[in-house]
Amino acid sequence: MKLRFPLLQVFRRTVSRVIIPLFMLSALAPAGFAQGVTIRFAGDSDVGEGGRWTRRLAEEWAKSTGNKLEYISRPNDASETLQQFQQYWAAKSSDVDAYMIDVIWPGICAPHAVDLKKYLKEDEIKAHFSRIIENNTVGGQLVGLPFFSDAGMLYYRTDLLEKYGFKGPPATWEELATQAKTIQDGERKAGQRDFNGFVFQGKASESVTCNAVEWIYSYGGGTVIDSDKKITINNPQAIKALETARSWVGTISPKGVTTYGEEEARNIWQGGHAAFMRNWPYAYALGADPKSAIAGKFAITVLPKGGENGKHAATLGGWQLMVSKYSKHPEVAADLVRYLCSPEAQKKRALELSQIPTRPALYSDPDILAKTPWFKDLLPVLDNAVARPSTVTGAAYNQVSTAIFQNVNTVLSGGSTPEKAVQQIERTARRVVK
Amino acid sequence: MAKSVELLDYQRKLAWWLILPAVFVVLLVIGYPLFQVLRYSIMEYRLDGVTAPAFVGLANFKYILSDPDFWVSVKNTLIFAFFSVTLEVILGLVVALIANSNFKGRTIVRVAILIPWAIPTVISSQIWKWMFNDIYGVSNIVLTNLRLIPEKIAWLATPETAMPVIIAVDVWKTTPFMALLLLAGLGLISGELYEAAAIDGATGIKKFFWITLPLLLPTLLVAVIFRTLDALRVFDIFYVMVGGQGNMATMATYNRQQLIDYLDAGTGSAASVVILLIIMLFVVLYTRLSKTSFQ
Repeated sequence: MKLRFPLLQVFRRTVSRVIIPLFMLSALAPAGFAQGVTIRFAGDSDVGEGGRWTRRLAEEWAKSTGNKLEYISRPNDASETLQQFQQYWAAKSSDVDAYMIDVIWPGICAPHAVDLKKYLKEDEIKAHFSRIIENNTVGGQLVGLPFFSDAGMLYYRTDLLEKYGFKGPPATWEELATQAKTIQDGERKAGQRDFNGFVFQGKASESVTCNAVEWIYSYGGGTVIDSDKKITINNPQAIKALETARSWVGTISPKGVTTYGEEEARNIWQGGHAAFMRNWPYAYALGADPKSAIAGKFAITVLPKGGENGKHAATLGGWQLMVSKYSKHPEVAADLVRYLCSPEAQKKRALELSQIPTRPALYSDPDILAKTPWFKDLLPVLDNAVARPSTVTGAAYNQVSTAIFQNVNTVLSGGSTPEKAVQQIERTARRVVK
Repeated sequence: MAKSVELLDYQRKLAWWLILPAVFVVLLVIGYPLFQVLRYSIMEYRLDGVTAPAFVGLANFKYILSDPDFWVSVKNTLIFAFFSVTLEVILGLVVALIANSNFKGRTIVRVAILIPWAIPTVISSQIWKWMFNDIYGVSNIVLTNLRLIPEKIAWLATPETAMPVIIAVDVWKTTPFMALLLLAGLGLISGELYEAAAIDGATGIKKFFWITLPLLLPTLLVAVIFRTLDALRVFDIFYVMVGGQGNMATMATYNRQQLIDYLDAGTGSAASVVILLIIMLFVVLYTRLSKTSFQ
């Protein structure tokens, strides 16, 4: 008698009809493809437009060079991204070849990055803003090549300035306070109960650190820690800067500003409820959208000086591309980095996403200026860009920044004095900066 | 007689064999991590993959105990735990008494009160955060329209207003849990006692203080212990609603900051040990208290 196992038959059939042909196909396949390598690239979160754009461009590179590209999306939040990357690096993982890194990370990334000077020609590096290259250089090693840039700027309502008889945007923070107060009082009297003079980022996060660095530098109070690792934050000018910022909260800025990040400030601004705003360039394209309440009614400029003798300051932001030291194909990954940072790619990014290039030459490009004429105003902003003290502090930057944002935030919400705050920041910096 | 002792011995051995797997699991999932935390707490140990770990003795503890931020976080946690647990016990008791009485639609009410407890805390915290937003938040809009407050308040901007808001959100969320525990306790009290009291002519208030409350006390104590330990570990509400604000940190958010933001496993582990000791203090206190009250 013949035993019958239906399951066995199904199994046999599957093997002969599906698995074996598949196996044969896969054995044939490599011959059909070019002899490239696979590069894994951890870029921007591809939920957003920027990430999808980066991914498309990286895939174009793969196609034209005969390599394969795997795009790894990252968390939307920058700090979470860094935590994830640090886990890869602690494990010396060769799974990711190239990373997109924040402007404040080179100090942290340096031990895990190849020196890009080995793979790039000197003129390829020199074509970028020297301040960014300086920021990305740790102990002579070029950790990342600038991908796109960011800097703090002042947004102002041209229609309201005209309405209240001001000739131009404020040159000093003091002037900003006066203008903001006049406009706020006038608009509130006219029935706009929620109108604010000035919105910025006061939230206890990296956002307020960026704002505080601008205030302090503009008053001549230094950069918290200078390039020789000297801790300079405890000085009268820094105290004066924080004192000034504290005086805004509850007068020209809403009390809730101490909980605002970039988006909270932009929502108020774009709804037409503020006369001035400090923000990054991304808010320009959104505000200029025809659907926005303030389209055609605003302009941007450099942030005010701290008093007559102060300086214009803008915190340097933006993203860089680095190649992992643990990569098996660093020269191929470096070629991807070169491609993504090339003049053509940056021009395309400026035209399609209005994001600011890291190459000064592109600021006089006729195509870019035709599409986004406000780029010409950016050159002075970027020339005044101040780096946060991240490159000198390296891995300790997180602790320094936390000390800055927590103490500054407490000053803004009235829980501490500027004198105490700078002492606290100094104390933490002493402990962690070695 | 001798035979039964032998049997006991055999039983005891068997019992050990039977609980061995459980002991093994406990050692694996609690003992080993605890040992690691203790080990890291006396080491300089950074998770950056660059610096090598080194023994530093009690330096991490010295730093934490001298860090004003840590003491602020302890103070915040204690204030939060005291007020939230007290309010939850009182309101939970009221809700339990109502839910325990006989009325139409009792089942629906019992299910409905559990809804806040069923929503994940991160989600309900985010919802409350938006409702307390200074410009768009519904709370400010309602309160200013009713002219109860002269102008919009930035609730989450300063500790003075943020702490009461957070306590209120926690009370909203956890009162149902408390009510459910107490409801179970109420179910255990025999109806005969109330009948007897009624015959003796006791009023409702007398019945509550002489029957309900004393017989509910054991349940109440367990519930309070549960909630206090929970409240001392509070993380999600604070992290979502006021995350990052140094003067609004709790012990758990302080600990996370050391460990995750700073990648400092040494200081982070030392903070864990200190927090463990503080929580243990409460456990000892409560067990003492419950022993005396049970006797």
